[in-house]
Amino acid sequence: MSGRTSEYGGFLDRMLGRVRLGGWLAVAAPVIAVVFAVLITSVVLLAAGKDPVEAFTTLADYGTQPRSMALILNTGVMYYISALAVAVGFRMNLFNIGVDGQYRLAAVVAAGLGGAAVVPGVLNLVLVVVVAVLVGALWSAIAGLLRVYRGVSEVISTIMLNAIATGFGSWLVTEHLGVLTGNDLGTRPIPDDAHMPGIPLIAGSPVLVNGFIVVAVLLGIAYWVVLNRTRFGFELRATGKSESAAVASGVSVKKMIIVTMVMSGAVAGLIGMPELLGASYKYSNNFPAGLGFTGIAIALLGRNSPVGMAVGALLWSFLDNSSNQLQLLDISKEIVQIMQGVVVLSVIVAYELVHRYRLVAEQRRVSRELAAPQQAPKAEAAA
Amino acid sequence: MLMAAAACGGSDDTATTGASAGGSSAPASQVKVGLAYDIGGRGDGSFNDAAAAGLDKAVAELKVDKKELEATAGETDAQKEERLRLLASGGYNPVIAVGFAYSGAVAKVAKEFPDVKFAIVDDDAAKGDNITNLMFAEEQGSFLVGVAAALKTKKDNIGFVGGVDVPLIHKFEAGFEAGAKAVKPDIKIQTKYLTQPPDFSGFGDPAKGKTAAQGMYDAGADVVYQAAGGSGAGVFEAAKDANAMAIGVDSDQAALPAYADFKDVIITSMIKKVDVAVFDFLKKYIDGSVTSGPSVYDLKAGGVDYSTTGGKIDDITSKIDEYKQKIINGEITVPTS
Repeated sequence: MSGRTSEYGGFLDRMLGRVRLGGWLAVAAPVIAVVFAVLITSVVLLAAGKDPVEAFTTLADYGTQPRSMALILNTGVMYYISALAVAVGFRMNLFNIGVDGQYRLAAVVAAGLGGAAVVPGVLNLVLVVVVAVLVGALWSAIAGLLRVYRGVSEVISTIMLNAIATGFGSWLVTEHLGVLTGNDLGTRPIPDDAHMPGIPLIAGSPVLVNGFIVVAVLLGIAYWVVLNRTRFGFELRATGKSESAAVASGVSVKKMIIVTMVMSGAVAGLIGMPELLGASYKYSNNFPAGLGFTGIAIALLGRNSPVGMAVGALLWSFLDNSSNQLQLLDISKEIVQIMQGVVVLSVIVAYELVHRYRLVAEQRRVSRELAAPQQAPKAEAAA
Repeated sequence: MLMAAAACGGSDDTATTGASAGGSSAPASQVKVGLAYDIGGRGDGSFNDAAAAGLDKAVAELKVDKKELEATAGETDAQKEERLRLLASGGYNPVIAVGFAYSGAVAKVAKEFPDVKFAIVDDDAAKGDNITNLMFAEEQGSFLVGVAAALKTKKDNIGFVGGVDVPLIHKFEAGFEAGAKAVKPDIKIQTKYLTQPPDFSGFGDPAKGKTAAQGMYDAGADVVYQAAGGSGAGVFEAAKDANAMAIGVDSDQAALPAYADFKDVIITSMIKKVDVAVFDFLKKYIDGSVTSGPSVYDLKAGGVDYSTTGGKIDDITSKIDEYKQKIINGEITVPTS
């Protein structure tokens, strides 16, 4: 497998979407994945003595109501930004497992500053966002520097930095920023004039869509443009495909590693912002944790493509939000996690199958062409 | 509601839920209880299970219908609100939220459904005309087991293992420390929290509990009190290995089948009667006597206590009860942090 360094890449390249499929194959893979996931989930539901048709009807019914659509978008926005942060690293073979710690630490510091309201109104909102981006970038840069100057695998260092971020963030809240409300300890709430306004995007829904959806869409576009239309993006992708080839063509791999980690961390800093500036207005013990890991799953699901990840984020969010509806049918909420896991695996397996199918088809075509030369002279004579 | 109250006046245990479903009582009068758990849900062997026990008792004795929904790790307030809203709009009344994490969500959703009664366990920040706050004086119960630890230690060295470093668990620590120092002012108390928020794994990781407790026993402690939810099993395991003593939390853990292997090392437990609070609330709802605002379950109300299962502290119960009386009388005020 590893010897196959053609345009088909290795398994990892295919899994992370660094090799593209063309034509009808690009459609076949996701369709196979969805069918596969639905089948497996149905089997699990049947084994648990539940009616899969009823379950899927409930899900479809839930997903099409305006109110749920707004909620799905709101959770999906955070998932999407998280997936983008992870994907930036994935595209050049950097596994930033530390997105989780980066966004949480960014949110703590930004929330503390926002709650202190050192500047008024919209300026405060901008300050909170900028600080979050900076903190995320700096925290992630540590792993980049360790990789470049000490050869520490970023997988190990980012996992450790997650633990440190948890301790550091908790210390900040407990010792400096925290205010006790009942049994919950959190930062001072960010004043009303610095809240991100919601958008009445979905007709008939009393729930507004988080204003950060605009930021998420812009980030998705920027991700595509930077990777596909700039020299930096080319160098990033080249380094991801073959480090030695990139070095030979004059790319400074060290610089690329640091810049990519910083970018990934900067995007990670934004993950907590929709919640902080659009919903909770403070960082407390109740702030959502684990979004960085959700982002890894969604980046895999969406194969690092900006559109694929958007679909993945919405699917993931839809499943998460529908857990209450399923519980009303007495279906255990764990079925949601089973579905999410099966979907990711199905996508990986389906794409791998399609890639192999294409490989075999390509080999057949080449061998046919190699067999052709005997007839070639005749053809020429005829012409 | 009055019909339901009258129907269950006899409180006949032999009449099961099946009978009430097919019975002559009008279905419209049936009380449908919605309960939202914190992360871990039913089966966590701790705090959620205590709430579940109260609900089960109400189903059996008060013949209410129930619907339970569980939380997912890492969810947002919006998702918690949606859970409560779903119950309230689905005709569930009253709605009970288990855990302070629901504070903001209850405050918001209770306003949208003024005709539905809400109860929240462990939180007094959510206020409203239709919100009952079920509060516990964990520090008072912890004070008593602190007294027990100080009287039982031979090395004048005891330990406290907290699950997660949050204000709620600080109350357990503060009470325990005050109780131990009331008996022996110079006693050495080792303290360790397993995780820092937002990492809540400290409430469900026995391996972490075992390591922490082992460290304390190695450093000379001979009694360790745990307020660590599911991680507590690890503390008991360490106590067994070290041939030392441990103190349980929330339920009478020496009497729980799940901890049967460790019943010899659990000298007592600080009991926090979430089940009683949930059942009381439901009973009051059916009687039409629910009051909004805090219902405090302290030593006086019998909401917290210590257990004597196993007879390990029979020789000192009279002393512990002296302190208990002093707290009830108000002679001793137990600190909460």
